Amino acid sequence: MNIGEFFAMGGYGFYVWGSYAACALAVVTEIVAVRARLAAARRGAGDMEPSR
Amino acid sequence: MNWFRFASPASFYPLAGRLAPWFGGAAAGFAAAGLYIGLIAAPTDATQGDAYRIIFVHVATAWMSMFIYLVMAFWCAVSLMFNARLAAMMAQALAPTGALFTALALVTGALWGKPTWGTYWAWDARMTSELILLFLYFGYMALRQAIDEPRRADRASAVLALVGAINVPIIYFSVKWWNTLHQEASVSLTSAPTMAAVMLTGMLLLALAAWFYSIAIALTRVRAIILERERHAGWVGEAALAVRGVR
Repeated sequence: MNIGEFFAMGGYGFYVWGSYAACALAVVTEIVAVRARLAAARRGAGDMEPSR
Repeated sequence: MNWFRFASPASFYPLAGRLAPWFGGAAAGFAAAGLYIGLIAAPTDATQGDAYRIIFVHVATAWMSMFIYLVMAFWCAVSLMFNARLAAMMAQALAPTGALFTALALVTGALWGKPTWGTYWAWDARMTSELILLFLYFGYMALRQAIDEPRRADRASAVLALVGAINVPIIYFSVKWWNTLHQEASVSLTSAPTMAAVMLTGMLLLALAAWFYSIAIALTRVRAIILERERHAGWVGEAALAVRGVR
């Protein structure tokens, strides 16, 4: 199987790669968003502490 | 070892932080193996061609969409029965990931439906009940958002989640109870799977990846929720300082 056939997926490339891309995009977006939320929560928690 | 110690957000916070990377690593490993089998090792299907490869992500996301709801409803029940803060936080942390998997199950299903059935969408029982699941997740999150006081939000949203749990068996059995466009289950606990071993392996590997991913992301999100909700408690300030190495 050459690389062109692999991406063509027997003519179903749009559907197959669309499905996998949707999942990959969702997972990456969620990971970035959750890490950012935790980082913000940590900063927020630190701000409550009096400076010393 | 006293496991109830970890029912307190203050002691669960560092534990979740230590566990999350391991679950995330396991998810990445299973995903790599599952993707290799699903996209490269598994042969082209005789009737569906390569379109069938959508099964690997469709089944994993659809299973998770229902399973996360059940786990969320379980934590809601625990939070109502024992008035447990951490249980409510776990439910709160699971909802967005459950909604995400539900949306992905619908999207991948639509992308599979077009080449095989000739349509992206049909109002059959399986698809409609899965769409209702997405709205249940949205309703749960919207209700939480709408109530300012977190403990009241916990109780109200827990009741909603528990009532909505009736939808999960409806989704699961819809293909048996009604005449649906959607096919019946290819894998069940009571009978041998009606698919090739290599396909089954790829599907189970990606399902495991989705499992471990969900655990890792929920543990990380619950840490953020703990800090957001308990920021007025003394231990949170100390934990924040420990993060910066001030300790």
